[in-house]
Amino acid sequence: MRNSKVVTLDEAIRRSGLKDGMTISFHHHFRGGDKVVNMVVARLAEMGFKNLHLAASSLSDVHSPLIEYIRQGVITKISTSGLRGELANEISHGLMKEPVVFRSHGGRGSAIASGVLHIDVAFLGASSCDELGNASGCPRSENAKSICGSLGYALPDAMYADHVVILTDDLVAYPNVPKSISACNVESVVVVDSVGDSSKISSGAIRDSKNPRDILLAKQAAKVVINSGYFKDGFSIQTGTGGASLAVVKYIRESMLEKGIKASFALGGITAHMVKLHEEGLIGRLVDVQSFDKVAAESIATDQTHQEVSSIEYASADHAGSAVHALDMVILSALEVDVDFNVNVLVGSDGIIRGAVGGHPDTAEDSALSIIVCPLLRGRIPCIVPKVTTLITPGKGVDVVVTEYGIAVNPRRPEIAERLSAAGLKLVDIKDLAAKAVAMIGEPDPIPFGDKVVGLVVDRHGELLDEIHNVLD
Amino acid sequence: MMFVPGNNPGMMADAHIYGPDSIMLDLEDSVTMAEKDAARLLVYNALKSIDYGGTEMVVRINPLSTPYGKKDVEAVVKAGVDVIRMPKTETADEVRELEAEIVKVETELGCVGRTRIMAAIESALGIVNAFEIASASTRMMGIALGAEDYTANLKTPRTPEGSELLLARETIVVAARAAGIACFDTVYSNLDDMETFRKEVELIKNLGFDGKSIINPRQIEVVNEVFAPKQKDIDKALRIIAAIKEARAKGSGVIAVNGKMVDRPVVLRAERVVALAIASGILNEEELS
Amino acid sequence: MEIKNAMAGTLESGDIMVRIAPGDGLQVDLQSSVSARFGRQIKSVITETLRGLGIENAYVQATDKGALDCTIRARVTAAAVRATGKDVWKD
Repeated sequence: MRNSKVVTLDEAIRRSGLKDGMTISFHHHFRGGDKVVNMVVARLAEMGFKNLHLAASSLSDVHSPLIEYIRQGVITKISTSGLRGELANEISHGLMKEPVVFRSHGGRGSAIASGVLHIDVAFLGASSCDELGNASGCPRSENAKSICGSLGYALPDAMYADHVVILTDDLVAYPNVPKSISACNVESVVVVDSVGDSSKISSGAIRDSKNPRDILLAKQAAKVVINSGYFKDGFSIQTGTGGASLAVVKYIRESMLEKGIKASFALGGITAHMVKLHEEGLIGRLVDVQSFDKVAAESIATDQTHQEVSSIEYASADHAGSAVHALDMVILSALEVDVDFNVNVLVGSDGIIRGAVGGHPDTAEDSALSIIVCPLLRGRIPCIVPKVTTLITPGKGVDVVVTEYGIAVNPRRPEIAERLSAAGLKLVDIKDLAAKAVAMIGEPDPIPFGDKVVGLVVDRHGELLDEIHNVLD
Repeated sequence: MMFVPGNNPGMMADAHIYGPDSIMLDLEDSVTMAEKDAARLLVYNALKSIDYGGTEMVVRINPLSTPYGKKDVEAVVKAGVDVIRMPKTETADEVRELEAEIVKVETELGCVGRTRIMAAIESALGIVNAFEIASASTRMMGIALGAEDYTANLKTPRTPEGSELLLARETIVVAARAAGIACFDTVYSNLDDMETFRKEVELIKNLGFDGKSIINPRQIEVVNEVFAPKQKDIDKALRIIAAIKEARAKGSGVIAVNGKMVDRPVVLRAERVVALAIASGILNEEELS
Repeated sequence: MEIKNAMAGTLESGDIMVRIAPGDGLQVDLQSSVSARFGRQIKSVITETLRGLGIENAYVQATDKGALDCTIRARVTAAAVRATGKDVWKD
């Protein structure tokens, strides 16, 4: 085709004008199956690039090969929402000279839009793409193999990066419509064998948790939702993907059917549970920044009322039109919640980074009601603590904490406490929960942190929120 | 009453969060012979250390005829258990034998009379002796049906309708009522069939049982739903109790509600409904005064 | 007190597997996912339990899966009873 943008990866890199010290970006829609980051960085290393800033929407276990490229000086700075696995472990122990910058999904979108996070070259994997660069996370041919649905986290990069390279394993005939990423924003298209391992991109079927504690937490959280005062016709909802938060949807559904209440929209990471309610007519629209499973990815490909949004449209604090501003309630999980309702979803109780900021602070702050579902203890690890290891979501945005030992309501929301009490739910003081944890497991020794700063948590408004220190062995 | 295997510390640590009325830590059938010693120590330490809130703690010991039974009694009485459940009880003498063992340990500790006994009846002979067992000791707090061993002893399979258990169930209820103690039904082990489970709970509630034994927290909600009194029954019970108060205040011997005479069984039933409503969390005790 | 090799406990979540072998003094080798925060506490529960049973010489290898102190005491006691053949209950 005339004006085809299809080139080799090497040629795309050359054309991009990438230089040492510049910023490259990636999205994480292929999750644990992602092959794009490792493939591109390996090639950049071979081509001799140094001092690159890797700005990913998130990184996971699969990205441990980056450790070697960090040691070689190919990557010297990282911005991301999350880190997991061996890479997270190494960084927590002080692998990098410069601290990793952690932002929420909304915070990253805002930072890219405002230029605070300037991207020189974006390398964006796509499930399908035409020769001019119209790209999508949906399958458009029988050859489609790496399907992820929404490309919401890649859209700010596509819009604001100086140079955009699409990598795809399914080049389709022009025009690849409906598109997520417009050809007008794309400079090069690279065809590769595989952008992702489909078995690790998303799970197939709905798996209901049979863990009795998850079910207990979910039922309690559903009772909070139903009696919160926000559960009325036309309400909107977002849930996380932990076993308990997923199961909440199941119990809310029963109550929606019983009371004839319908939701106007569900937001965020969309799961098969949400798709089911949508198809039953219980949820009007799905607003999808990330399709969490196969069912969600299939739905967004075919259903006009299942809408893809960018992370800016999803959760930016700077854009008044972002969806979180219209969100009634969000149900989230946590690694730790402290007695001031501050939440940590990033750093484990051993001081090692093992999670992601995600949309947690965005949705907690802007939703009318935020509910954190979190056990008091995970084995011997306390989850309700005097002070969070790392501050990710400030307590002023957190309204209710649901544990297996009782429900705690933020004193800033007395009207919610009143409604829940009136409905017969037993409320506890969060300080009593923290004390109960200590009574059960004893006082933990402090985490052996060193003096080196290995991570900076930047809040969604661009302010420094917390520092993460290295862990000593 | 929720059964929890006595050699599973993960399950023992937080069994009470699901809100069962009582927890039965099991040293008998769910523990292999090689692990009897370890399970006994685990149950002993859990009872001593874990704050189970107000949950009634029961331990099912091994039969006294085994090498484990007496050690089980010593361990759990020392740990301060509320109730010892004796398995496979067939005669009143067995209850008295257990009582003697309990007294031995309690005397040593200086707390005679603290530990109560529940007897599980799991054989035809046990059913025939049900009332003698139920009234064998002042420590007897309840009798329970163990249907697996019982049906094996009858040489019949267990059916979903449970017709083979009808006589045993009725006998246990009658024996318990005659002895003035509580009665508990057997477990239902198919966790995937909540429908049949619910029917069984409805059946045993109507037969007069005070509670159901369960093997998984998922079954608690169904039991509570079935046993919770319906609102119209609660309202009626509250009216009866109010009428009694009024009649007593007036010094009147005759009590009538809605023009009907209220006699003693009706009053007792009303009181039982209100007590259940409070236990189920439907009624608040403070609101009653 | 003479000690044979013995073990108690499992590798299930919330449990601890304790192996006891003859040793010189009390030596505890602990593997635990919570060792950073609770290692000191777990080791002291193990040694205190053994001392309470009159065992001053033993090598203990413990693999912890987030057990509570009461579970650790139970498993150490069980392993010790098996190692010494001396029960804590009357016969």
